[in-house]
Amino acid sequence: MKALTLTNVNKSFGDVHVLKDINLEVEDGEFVVFVGPSGCGKSTLLRVIAGLEDVSSGEVSIGGEIVNATPPCRRGIAMVFQSYALYPHLNVRKNMSLALKQEKQSKQVIEERIAEATRMLNLEDYLERYPSELSGGQRQRVAIGRAIVRHPKLFLFDEPLSNLDAALRMNTRLEIANLHQQLKTSMVYVTHDQSEAMTLADKIVVLRAGRVEQVGSPMELYNNPVNQFVAGFLGSPAMNFMPASLISEGDTRTLGVRPEDLFQSDQGPLKASVQHVEHLGGDTNVIAKVKDHQITARLFGQHDIKPGAELSFGIADGKSFYFDKDGARLRG
Amino acid sequence: MNKARTNPLNTAAMHGALILYTLIALFPVFVILINSFKTRKAIFREPLALPSADSFSMIGYQTVMKQGDFFLYFQNSMIVTVVSLTFILVFGAMAAFALSEYRFKGNMLMGLYLALGIMIPIRIGTVAILEMMVATGLVNSLMALILVYTAQGLPLAVFILSEFMRQVSDDLKNAGRIDGLSEYTIFFRLVLPLVRPAMATVAVFNMIPIWNDLWFPLILAPAEETKTLTLGSQVFIGQFVTDWNAVLSALSMAILPVLVLYVIFSRQLIRGITSGAVK
Repeated sequence: MKALTLTNVNKSFGDVHVLKDINLEVEDGEFVVFVGPSGCGKSTLLRVIAGLEDVSSGEVSIGGEIVNATPPCRRGIAMVFQSYALYPHLNVRKNMSLALKQEKQSKQVIEERIAEATRMLNLEDYLERYPSELSGGQRQRVAIGRAIVRHPKLFLFDEPLSNLDAALRMNTRLEIANLHQQLKTSMVYVTHDQSEAMTLADKIVVLRAGRVEQVGSPMELYNNPVNQFVAGFLGSPAMNFMPASLISEGDTRTLGVRPEDLFQSDQGPLKASVQHVEHLGGDTNVIAKVKDHQITARLFGQHDIKPGAELSFGIADGKSFYFDKDGARLRG
Repeated sequence: MNKARTNPLNTAAMHGALILYTLIALFPVFVILINSFKTRKAIFREPLALPSADSFSMIGYQTVMKQGDFFLYFQNSMIVTVVSLTFILVFGAMAAFALSEYRFKGNMLMGLYLALGIMIPIRIGTVAILEMMVATGLVNSLMALILVYTAQGLPLAVFILSEFMRQVSDDLKNAGRIDGLSEYTIFFRLVLPLVRPAMATVAVFNMIPIWNDLWFPLILAPAEETKTLTLGSQVFIGQFVTDWNAVLSALSMAILPVLVLYVIFSRQLIRGITSGAVK
């Protein structure tokens, strides 16, 4: 059974066409991440799935049921928001139990579900506190707890980590991954951060300007991007793009090389002058200019390279990507 | 830490200015209060003196109690003010919620139309209002006043509240929708508590003009049984003779309820939002 199926989904606000013909399937238990630059429609798509926005045309079905006309609370979903969106006048326990009370669940069920969620999220000590008395990380855990207690068919996450600081973001990311392991429920996760997408997803959906650019596992997308946009969006540091004429005279194509596929070699075709060096300990990122084009090379280990040095780089075999002037991938 | 705030000289100057302003603002009230407890002669001889054993007199209060049904006036004013305020707040907040939350055709126009009332003084329409009230038989009823004051207060209420409601996090409302709360519950339980300071502002802005209004009570409800306090006090002000004892006593008593209402609302104003729902 498919957890979620989108068929030809379109969404317009007045004259602005935000989602264009989206087709997508999410398998049961799959962790799907929507990723794309801001304004690409990923949050709108999530809100359409949640039922907070109606589709202009097309079909949304959750768990095999068409839910176009079903209100959000009866779609069997739970959502975690970027801003946590906890009810300020209710304590943690009541925040979590509200939806269950609305569903008219028995007291016993509510107690059990809350106990289960608090155990998973280590929230036992905070049940009687109000949201204003919690830290950012705790609030986000409560928000996740509020979603878990509903036993939804589908979890929706709307940039849940954006408001957390870097260290906490790593931890919470792990927690969400663990949660998915334990619950084995389908999850749809929206983010603009490609590293979250790469680390969490079973399947990544790259969106741009309301269109799906590519769908696939993180490594599929990384190793085999269909166009320049996907190639440039995934991976950090981002892929280097330069005119192919830099290495072979008269070539009109665009050449793409990932930073880790550049290596230092005196015979290398790319003669570069070093602008800046980032020493990360494990890696060294060299930012250099080849003629007027900036490239980044990621060298493994520690290298003593000074800005201003003249270096030559080679490209690893079979690691070059070519794109035409519209950004489409050229193979062969 | 801000240096200007910790400097004792600045603090003293700041408090000095505030205290001075408080004194100036309270002075007329103070003069009314002390003179309401003096004999007529003492009021004119030494207006600023405190009531002494010689000059102390309750004659003003006695006149007010005897002449006219002061408590009825009082009750009328209270009913008109409280009911009008309730209507303004409830309907104003609902309209503001609809305007700020839902996308529908003519949303913008509707908002502008409702805001137009801020710019047009309702008194311009007095004749038409009077004709309407006569036609509907509402003349000399408190309902007439309540309706007019509600109409008068709504535009500003809608304008202010819709601005504030736009700032309430969408995520919070959406979380409520996903949890199965009805739109009414979202409005009353999630949104209203968060815009409480704005509601208090609207309440205070509307309360005082309604309580003090003389125009509409005089025109729409001058009958004995529907007189408001302000109108009732006018009997003591004559063209040739004014019973100052009675006027000052009536005024002193009229201040009290506004003061109480103000204290209630201003506490809300100060309390602010208990945030934490949204970063």
